[in-house]
Amino acid sequence: MLVPLSWLKDYVDIDVTPDVLEEKLFSCGFEVEEKYEVGKDISNVVVGEVKTCEPIEGTHLHLCTVDAGEHGLLQICCGADNVAAGGKYPLALIGAQVYATAKDHVTVEGVMTIGQGKLRGYDSYGMLCSGVEIGVTEDMFPGAGYNGLLVLPDDAVPGADVKPILGLDDYIFDVSITANRPDCQSIFGIAREVAAVLGKEIKEPALDYTESDVAIDFNIRVSAPDLCPRYIGHYVSDVTIGESPLWMKRRLALVGCSAISNVVDITNYVLYELGQPMHAFDYSYLEGGEIHVRRAENGEKIVTLDEKEFSLTSDNLVICDGVKPVALAGIMGGLNSEILDSTNAVMFEAAKFAHDNIRKSSKALGQVSDSSMRFSKGVDEYTTVMAMKRALHLIEELGCGKVSKTAFDVNTGNSIEPRKLTVSVARVNGVLGITVPDEDIVRILTGLNFAPELNGDELTIYIPGYRVDMESYQDVAEEVIRMYGYDHITPTFIPTAKVTSGGYNLKQRSELKIKNALCAAGASEGVHYSFFSPSDFDLLRLPEDAPERFAIKLMNPINFDLSLMRTTLAPQMIKAIARNQKNGILTGRIYEMGNKFLPKSLPLTEYPDERETISIGVFGDGEDFYTLKGLVDVIASALDIKFDYEKSSKTFLHPGRTAKVICDGVEVGYLGQVLYEICDELDMRVPAYVAEIDLRALTKYYGKDRKFIPLPKYLEEKRDFCFVMDKSVTCSTVEKEIEASCDYITKIELFDIYEGAQLGENKKSLAFSVVFTPKDEEFKPEVIDGFVSTILKNLEEKYGITLRA
Amino acid sequence: MAELSELSEKLSAIKSQIEADLTGITSSKGIFEYKKSVMDSKEGKIGSLMKEMGKIPKEQKAEYGKMVNEIRNWATEKFDALDAEFKAAEQKARYEAEAIDVTLPSKKLKKGYLHPNTQVRNQIVDIFGSMGFSVYEGNEIETDHYNFTALNIPKDHPSRDMQDTFYLSPEFLLRTQTSAGQVHVMESQQPPIKIISPGKVFRSDDDATHSPMFSQMEGLVVDEGITLCDLQGMLDVFVKKIFGEETRTRLRPSYFPFTEPSVEVDVSCFQCGGKGCKLCKGTGWIEVLGAGVVNKKVLEGCGIDSDKYSGLAFGIGIDRIAMLKYGINNIKLLFESDLRVLEQIDD
Repeated sequence: MLVPLSWLKDYVDIDVTPDVLEEKLFSCGFEVEEKYEVGKDISNVVVGEVKTCEPIEGTHLHLCTVDAGEHGLLQICCGADNVAAGGKYPLALIGAQVYATAKDHVTVEGVMTIGQGKLRGYDSYGMLCSGVEIGVTEDMFPGAGYNGLLVLPDDAVPGADVKPILGLDDYIFDVSITANRPDCQSIFGIAREVAAVLGKEIKEPALDYTESDVAIDFNIRVSAPDLCPRYIGHYVSDVTIGESPLWMKRRLALVGCSAISNVVDITNYVLYELGQPMHAFDYSYLEGGEIHVRRAENGEKIVTLDEKEFSLTSDNLVICDGVKPVALAGIMGGLNSEILDSTNAVMFEAAKFAHDNIRKSSKALGQVSDSSMRFSKGVDEYTTVMAMKRALHLIEELGCGKVSKTAFDVNTGNSIEPRKLTVSVARVNGVLGITVPDEDIVRILTGLNFAPELNGDELTIYIPGYRVDMESYQDVAEEVIRMYGYDHITPTFIPTAKVTSGGYNLKQRSELKIKNALCAAGASEGVHYSFFSPSDFDLLRLPEDAPERFAIKLMNPINFDLSLMRTTLAPQMIKAIARNQKNGILTGRIYEMGNKFLPKSLPLTEYPDERETISIGVFGDGEDFYTLKGLVDVIASALDIKFDYEKSSKTFLHPGRTAKVICDGVEVGYLGQVLYEICDELDMRVPAYVAEIDLRALTKYYGKDRKFIPLPKYLEEKRDFCFVMDKSVTCSTVEKEIEASCDYITKIELFDIYEGAQLGENKKSLAFSVVFTPKDEEFKPEVIDGFVSTILKNLEEKYGITLRA
Repeated sequence: MAELSELSEKLSAIKSQIEADLTGITSSKGIFEYKKSVMDSKEGKIGSLMKEMGKIPKEQKAEYGKMVNEIRNWATEKFDALDAEFKAAEQKARYEAEAIDVTLPSKKLKKGYLHPNTQVRNQIVDIFGSMGFSVYEGNEIETDHYNFTALNIPKDHPSRDMQDTFYLSPEFLLRTQTSAGQVHVMESQQPPIKIISPGKVFRSDDDATHSPMFSQMEGLVVDEGITLCDLQGMLDVFVKKIFGEETRTRLRPSYFPFTEPSVEVDVSCFQCGGKGCKLCKGTGWIEVLGAGVVNKKVLEGCGIDSDKYSGLAFGIGIDRIAMLKYGINNIKLLFESDLRVLEQIDD
């Protein structure tokens, strides 16, 4: 919110610098996002009085001598048509900074520094300026809008800085207001805080006015009091629409609001000054002699001031006359009752509308205004009452109408009187952990208009009607500390808390262990979004009825590609591999540990299953199915379990290079090479391999007891076998058969694979080394021979596997 | 003694011969070969001398043996000395020949890295874990109740505007804050409560400085007599451990519906030490987290006696800490699995 310092000074005697004020506001909870001088881009511009002014023949230029006071008498060439001897104008000295304009002299194109110039052979030691060139508009200074020199008042002293004369030395504070302080959405609201933090008196704006004898036959009724707890209307007759005075236009300009006409400007002025949105209806357009505040009928239409038409529902609140809607309550007035130059009587409105309803309506209709934004945050009735008085005072002050005695205050019975709250001082201090001296508590709460009464530990405050946020001792504690200063808080280390044990639990530790193991194996951890794209299903070639397609949709996604909760981690991993390749990284290992989201029903009626899952991707030089498998085995070894692998298939993986991962007979994941078609589609240059493991299925193995196996007491025996078998026999078949053949086997390791013509068609050779570990006594040679012959016999009988000749 | 004097001459001849031969030998290998040939028991100049023993008269045998041993010892010493000399030279030459350019690049060992967020998360868990905080992981998908209403943020409350929410249904949403887990914890556990709750959170923001998904860590303490001073005390310890011992904290008023009073916690800029630099935008302070004393309405809503217990809560942006700590300039880099990024940070 923009707060001009000059305006703030109406209500508080501010005797500190803008920097100090910024700090003070910051310390009591109002962050100044930006603070700037109105004329921040302008420097070294002084009052110049033209002493002589001679036209330069054949040009539109004048050669002037200009009195710049202490800066001397300067020769200036000037092209403006209103330059004249005796006139006083802003003079940009050499080295001055002003706005550069386009050829039209109106459009600002940036900032420029004035140098010594030469025009038509005449030296010029500066520049006389227009309003645009020094950032002054007509609303800020009369005549500044003229496309020529800005004419300064007669009493301006040559050589003096023009900034104070034109108000360019004013400061604007852009203050950020937290959602709990709707009462500070106005200059006066901020002024109250400034007064409190500086320990100054607050001066209320003038609210007095005199009612005339004029009365009209009119009625205001509210048939939706839940959405409109208070509605104040006041009739103003004898209205003369015209321009607002300079001071008002100037202030509106400073907060970024353009002046329109006196009556409209008054409503805007009150909005910025007090935070209460107001509305003025042209009385002549109100039919039926009444204002009726009601819910809209379904399908009812209204055209707002900005000429947009809306079709309404009963969730929207409308202000109607006896016949038709004339305003979208709290959001914008209707075009049909807008203030025009011809307006000669108005009905002023100041109301409190339910903030949640305005917020909802404004969102649903997509219509946002300064009013709707303030109503959405909350406007209090104290201010509603005050605002009407202020507007009527301004009508009188500006002399643009007569305040009649026809007035309405439709009220659901809410009081705007201060609320009483009694709290314990000990509790207030208990929240803070320090003891704020009683006199400071009283001083602070007095400054905030809480009229505190302290009686021993009992503190009674009277909360002004605009402080709807105050409810309990915690709120009082916050008021006290933000004014007392957070630097009084002295760090303590939970001395009253009981000792507890902490850190990661078993699940968290196990997950971290797996991550660390994967890192040790050369894979880096990535993190991907929890949402993905519906097109990812197509990338994976998943059929229409694939379970993965049963995914939770976001109702309001950022875009299509982030519109579904992921049901598999694979597509993001595949895309991550592709991105790396695009970046020129042609080999790598990545894993991600994250949730996939499996709904039990759609639309959601209960929490979905957030399933912890690991995906692993490897690609490029030196990586293949088996390095990926190695990483999958790292997970097993981190948990001290064993995975089995079986040939399998996935729609997005190489039909000959895909396996499912099995643990204790349960399928827990898959791995394989990504289809070449997908790699091509994603412009990959090297093959990619991806695995996905259901971590949830492995949680039962977390925290498995580790036991030391004593080193063998007796000598182990190692035997190497070179088998010949059909190509279709898998390695794991042979391994399992060998293992099943003998209890003493502790290790089976494949050490060679061979395929060649001399083995015969469709044959291959696998060579294993097998370790036999004795248990209670040393092996006798014939025992090992026995083991070997059993192994050979079993392999031969079951699979036709023979020893290679 | 004719034989013996003959022998003596013979031995002298052998010695001369050996000395002559040795001048032609230049390597330890040559010595080895030569020694082998000289000492060979059948044909060696010295080795075969013992064969002659049979021919020596009995009374001279001892003298003969002594002479042969002498020459054997003489030769062995000679060979060993030369061998040592050659070996030393040869090792020296080998070392010289094997000299390498030690500035050539190292052989890359394959190593992976934890995600920067995980690294920061582990550090934070270490710090708070040592203070007795356990780690609670909530759901990413939450209900409106737990994410908002139970945290004193009713429907259509203006503070909902602070966070643009992704909805999955009118009831379910993607949690916008890890605070959502607070209520679950307080509903299922009576004080003393000390938890931190790290996790992914979601807001409908997607621009240069915002990512629709990011990571937060909620902290919650509920016990008797917990105060704002404790909040600053604990967070002081935290920032010192994360950003360095010189780091100071500053509390300033703010607003969160579920805490009262609410504060923003700034840390003194660890780059400039508080003098003002680009990182802290000249202020000397960096905003790192929001915190406050738990609103009694929230406690009461969870069935905790607010007359007896009080609490404090804080929310830390994990990505923000990671970005500040490591100087990562774009939050999106954290979610792209770009190995050029992931393989940089090993803290």
